[in-house]
Amino acid sequence: MPDEIVELSGHLIDSFTLSKVLDTILKHKACYEIQKIKVGISVKDTSFARILVAHKDPNRLKIILREIARYGAEPVVLNEVNLRSAPMQGVFPDDFYTTTNLDTAIYLGSHWITVKNPEMDSGIRVDRSLKRAETIKMAQVKRGDLIVVGHNGVRVTPLAQRHGAEGFEFMTSEVSAEKPKRVLIAEVARRMQAESAAKRPTLFVGGPAIVHTGAAPLLVKLIQAGYVQILLAGNALAAHDIECSLFGTSLGVSMCKGTDSGSGHENHLRAINIIRRAGGIRHAVQKGILKSGIMHACVKQKVDWVLTGSIRDDGPLPEVITDMLRAQAEMRRRCRRVKLAVMLATLLHSVATGNMLPASTRVINVDIDPSSVTKLYDRGSLQTIGIVTDVQPFLSELLIELGIR
Amino acid sequence: MPQPSFFMCRPTYYGINYKINAWMDLRRQADRSLALKQWFALRTTLEKYLGAKVHCCSAGPGLPDMTFTANAGLVYKNIFVPSRFRYKERASEEPYFTRWFQRHEYKIIRLPAEYRFEGAGDALFVGKTLFAGFYYRTDIQTHAFLGEVLGVRVFSLELINRYFYHLDTCFLPIGPSAAICYPDAFDDYGRKMLRENIDVLIAVDHDEAYQFACNAVVGGKKAIIHKPCLKLESELKRHGYKVYSLGFSEFIKAGGAAKCLTLRLN
Repeated sequence: MPDEIVELSGHLIDSFTLSKVLDTILKHKACYEIQKIKVGISVKDTSFARILVAHKDPNRLKIILREIARYGAEPVVLNEVNLRSAPMQGVFPDDFYTTTNLDTAIYLGSHWITVKNPEMDSGIRVDRSLKRAETIKMAQVKRGDLIVVGHNGVRVTPLAQRHGAEGFEFMTSEVSAEKPKRVLIAEVARRMQAESAAKRPTLFVGGPAIVHTGAAPLLVKLIQAGYVQILLAGNALAAHDIECSLFGTSLGVSMCKGTDSGSGHENHLRAINIIRRAGGIRHAVQKGILKSGIMHACVKQKVDWVLTGSIRDDGPLPEVITDMLRAQAEMRRRCRRVKLAVMLATLLHSVATGNMLPASTRVINVDIDPSSVTKLYDRGSLQTIGIVTDVQPFLSELLIELGIR
Repeated sequence: MPQPSFFMCRPTYYGINYKINAWMDLRRQADRSLALKQWFALRTTLEKYLGAKVHCCSAGPGLPDMTFTANAGLVYKNIFVPSRFRYKERASEEPYFTRWFQRHEYKIIRLPAEYRFEGAGDALFVGKTLFAGFYYRTDIQTHAFLGEVLGVRVFSLELINRYFYHLDTCFLPIGPSAAICYPDAFDDYGRKMLRENIDVLIAVDHDEAYQFACNAVVGGKKAIIHKPCLKLESELKRHGYKVYSLGFSEFIKAGGAAKCLTLRLN
């Protein structure tokens, strides 16, 4: 919604000037937020107010600004954003502005321009002729790119301004094992249904513990019910899931008996080898080699999945991307499409994904280890709702809430 | 009570030479000799009956409205804040006035150049509080500035009727918490503010307001008002004032009367 920040000072209260300004704004059915107010204490002290005025119609907003200008409410004198060329490939200019994951705008050519794809720990690249600004990672910078430097002309919208009217207020981002999980999970289900109704994709990030704990069949049901559109995971989740499908074990442990199955520790290597021989997971499904499990469900349901490698991977599976910059780019592309991300039992992959998500995307992080959830929050993903629980009971409860049998 | 002191300017070049308010009409020229008589009558009444000291400055050629010294600026103790006139027709008056106040050892405080302010025409003290009008001639932004530099509380009043384009055409302080006003010149907020902050508020009616009833001069318990304002005259008498009724017909053609022709210096 177009907005403008105005300031006014004087004996605003005694003269009813503030009332007049606010009444005028409301008369036009616009919204306002008093960002700062200082009321004079003695009769000689003046008062000060900084007010954000917003109206969905930019022309109406102009009329309002003109009307309240006569009461002394003047648009804040803005500094234009400072730009400097990138000195070389993959290098920002000195003093580059580092982004948060919050909605950001820059003031350029006397207009506010929204920065596309908000993502933390990035720079802002500006195209003057197209009046466009977007976040850019260091490695993507090309020599001569115009990059925002310093803080002048950069506006960041705090999270609270946007989430005020949403349903998750009762869920603070503090992490506690004491929270009433059923209530939280019911809320997650409601949000997933809302995303589904809005035809927006829901992103899942999963760790191998989903398979170890025996929760894979529950996730399969969720996928089959159409609640998972994107899956981001590492080699391990897919490898253990496929091992479980082919041999009934996860890292050699029988999923039926819960005991070590002798030489089962070899199973995950054999499983990877079978998939490599088949030419990949998709081919293995098509050839009827892989007949069940999470990855099978993903192929069948056409889930958009990205598997990324790590230094300790076995294999890896053919679809696993081992070029980290390419892997980031693929994950980032998916992250930009979602408003809800559910992260299940994985620390590093959750943090990596959290870094790419704008603050406007809700993150549900489920982990048995409270510190895992805290880490995501501490790294700046303040929009995270942490649920401390084993992933198996979480998914089990979630299926009930979603009415999936 | 100290001797009241006023600043005036003889209407040497007075006339209706342009139209910058709703009262002015180039087809309705002022009678200069009658204007001069009315001005001298005011000056004599101030000196003789109100016991006032009157200081005069010379009029500038081509500046017909310089006689309306209420708009020269705002005087507070030994400070003079020169006006920044809305219309270019009056802008050249400012150096004449400022020079006079400089010569008389006033401390000159100038307003920011981007805002307009028309002196005591739009800024009147009631007790220690400055009541300041805005919209037609004065920008509200100057109010905060005045409050700060003078160290006083300033109440802002929006003027909503173009016939009452200066605060002193519709509002006249007559005591530490008493004033005359024409309520219809203000919006609801302004009327509420006046009601809540002034103990004795004498309202003038439509007819007398358009006869410049509020544009009177008060010194102690004596008042100089425009002759036809009989209701105000009896109201002031009821409040114990000695009233002197004079004619200001020629000045009303330009949108001013007794108050506009004077600037109180103390």
